[in-house]
Amino acid sequence: MNPAPLVIIGGGAAALCAAIAARQRGATVLLLEQAPRWQRGGNTRHSRNLRIAHDTITPLSLGTYSAAEFRADLDRATGTASNPALRQLLVDESATLTEWLAGAGVQLQPVTEGRVPPSRRTAFLRGGGTAMINALYARAAALGVMIRYDSAVTGLQFEDGRVIRVEVGRGAGAWSVTPQGVIVCSGGAQANRNWWRERWGAAAAGVVNRGIPHADGAVLNLLLQQGAQAVGDPTQAYLVAVDARSPADDGGIVTRIRCMPRGLVVDAHGQRRYDEGGDTASTRYARWGQRLLQFPGQVGYLLLDAQGLREAPPALVPPLRAPDLAVLAQQLKIPVPALRETVAAYNAAVQPPADAAQALDWHTVGLEPPKSRYALPLRERPFAAYPMRPGITFTYHGVGVDTQLRVLRRDGSSFENVWAAGMVMAPNIFSSGYVSGLALTISCVSGRLAGEQNSHL
Amino acid sequence: MFNVTNHIKSETAVEKNNPQTPFSVAKGTPQNNPFSIEKGTPQKPYFEKKELGEFNPFEARRVLNVCNICGYCNGFCDVFDAAQRRPALTTADLAHLAYLCHGCRNCLYACQYAPPHQFNINVPRTLTQMRQYSDALHVWPSALAGALRHSARTALLLTGGAIALLLGLIWLLAPNTNASGFYRVVSLPVMIVLAVIPLSWSLLALTRSWRSYWQLTRPQTAVVTWRSLRLALQDVVLLRNLRGGGHGCNDVDERFSHLRRRLHQGLLIGVGLCFAATLTALFYHHALGWSAPYPVVSIPVLLGTSGGIGIVLTTSGLLMLKWRGDLTPTTRSAQTADRTVLLVLMTVAVSGLALLIERETAAMAILLALHLGGVSALFALLPYSKLVHVGYRMMALVIEQMERQSAHHQSVLISE
Repeated sequence: MNPAPLVIIGGGAAALCAAIAARQRGATVLLLEQAPRWQRGGNTRHSRNLRIAHDTITPLSLGTYSAAEFRADLDRATGTASNPALRQLLVDESATLTEWLAGAGVQLQPVTEGRVPPSRRTAFLRGGGTAMINALYARAAALGVMIRYDSAVTGLQFEDGRVIRVEVGRGAGAWSVTPQGVIVCSGGAQANRNWWRERWGAAAAGVVNRGIPHADGAVLNLLLQQGAQAVGDPTQAYLVAVDARSPADDGGIVTRIRCMPRGLVVDAHGQRRYDEGGDTASTRYARWGQRLLQFPGQVGYLLLDAQGLREAPPALVPPLRAPDLAVLAQQLKIPVPALRETVAAYNAAVQPPADAAQALDWHTVGLEPPKSRYALPLRERPFAAYPMRPGITFTYHGVGVDTQLRVLRRDGSSFENVWAAGMVMAPNIFSSGYVSGLALTISCVSGRLAGEQNSHL
Repeated sequence: MFNVTNHIKSETAVEKNNPQTPFSVAKGTPQNNPFSIEKGTPQKPYFEKKELGEFNPFEARRVLNVCNICGYCNGFCDVFDAAQRRPALTTADLAHLAYLCHGCRNCLYACQYAPPHQFNINVPRTLTQMRQYSDALHVWPSALAGALRHSARTALLLTGGAIALLLGLIWLLAPNTNASGFYRVVSLPVMIVLAVIPLSWSLLALTRSWRSYWQLTRPQTAVVTWRSLRLALQDVVLLRNLRGGGHGCNDVDERFSHLRRRLHQGLLIGVGLCFAATLTALFYHHALGWSAPYPVVSIPVLLGTSGGIGIVLTTSGLLMLKWRGDLTPTTRSAQTADRTVLLVLMTVAVSGLALLIERETAAMAILLALHLGGVSALFALLPYSKLVHVGYRMMALVIEQMERQSAHHQSVLISE
């Protein structure tokens, strides 16, 4: 008779790293992926890079990035961790990650090829997250991990602090398995509309999910119902400004709207609300995502004139265009006089710098809110607008774990045979803000560690 | 019949109807603003899946525009950087990118937006269709675009016709008892005519087609340098763009392999050896006065035999890959065109080897007709089959190297 398996719930980077690490140490592993095969891999499908500490110069990143610097970046960008020891562990373990992944067949892109954005802090996956997912599934299958797609976990039966039964699927196709242990790698609740509605009320209807539609937080809820400790901030989510015409789910990286500093952002009443030139770094995507949640109807419009449009990067869906502002306002259903007035007031407040060729130095004077950079007048026809909405990327709500990644109960003790890895436990490490490449590093490191805990199974 | 002008017309018609782009915005939504989200109902005009029997350049533009925003695949081959240098993605840009793509397929399996995702991003298939479209656009004379389109029919007609012609000639003309070996059956002048006429026509047609492609795709600022030619040749020899991210192509499915790349180069060597055998034989005949057939241990026979065996093995291998392969990254008609050329090459090689074995027997005359007919048809097919890709792809590689050099040159200027 086959030994009871270690059950891994989830199918993204954390689940695969856990499966491979545990299988390499002799465990019998069953991986349950909720998605169909073509959509396997969780939001790792949409990812691109990993944040890694490296004390020496490597082909994958420029210069060096010490563990202390990584740690300092996290403290600065995401505040203090609810579990500082775990944050330190993540940073330390990231140093050996790229080598481990390469050993599992994942290809990384050397900076010497000159094709990835020069980065000192992150290493890039060749072909992106989906290529990584394919490599990890191939390795897991070759090692003998049992992989089941279309297998959503619908129930966890506990007895004396142990999971004794994992229930999969509903109705006629339902089945169950008795596990040795369970590693939960099921991600956050970012695809769950009910979760949004409970937190944001009517505004939830105006939000787009950038990732896969399967991240419904069902297993996270099962654990919380069984008395698991909740960590993080259940009211917040990481939001990014995306094109309002994006599909409801799974639009990924290409739906982002990027060129706010080059234009004006108005709401449905034609009013500006923030300094568009205030943040020109990549942090602006998330800044605008949060702001859009507060806009009426959760929609904002990025206005550009013909010159701005020429300088804008390519976009998934072309902007709406009109020969003049009145027609554009009608297309956007913004009151015409309000939009005209906003643009006229802005144009009148534009102050050219000493060197007019320096677009960066153009700014407004006497305008509220100001536009502090790239404040070139909007004059050249035709005018264009990108409608924008907040796009949810991940939630900051998860289960507490100890440094062995065992899931903690509210009384501080841990479940005997339940571990968690990936975004479902990431709020132990950070529960606000973000830095590039962090989610994937947390997923791979925690997945590997959780898998290694299960060598005895 | 495939009509090129119709395609160009339809392209401009589409552009007229959609002054900016092919994507429109859904209107009349329940909310007060026009951009509401409905789960599970994608914006039809934009995300509509198209079964592209007939190529639509707009689809290629849509697909590569998504690639230009995403950029994840730029470590697989030269296509993605080249596309980012061409954000407008004009028809000329697409024609260049189509041939820069060698069809390694890494980008399909690595794509988070690949079908059945509603974005339906399938770069290898889209560029295969673009190649077919471009080939038809540049074929000379343009009236023969249909011959290229229906490659299997064309190859069958030409090969069958050439073999029938030879059989007819052999049957009609009495054997020349004064000549020896093959010349007893088909005289040397007839052989030369059967080779030179199709070959000259094909060289003319190829020159016209390739020149027209070059005029469309060549960069306006960069210049051809010896260095770019040398690097492009290196790309041809190594098939660098068929290595994918380094693990090779997706020959039949999402697994990686270098088999197709190696078989292709093996086939090239086989054809080269056969060509060398023919040249050596010509030299023996005209310069040294040694008449065919040559002994088994002689340079022409050794070269021809090894080349022939090479062609048989590599074409079988490639046919097997095509037979087992996933159709998602390509089109049925492209697959047919590939198989057709492989089968013609195989016919020539097999008949050549059989001729060597049976050259002393009565079967010689029929085998000679098969072999010479096959060779003659192969020459005639050069501009009207998959074989035309040789020139287009080399030009695309040269242009890529030219652009890289000028990009490098510019970055040096800026850093100074």
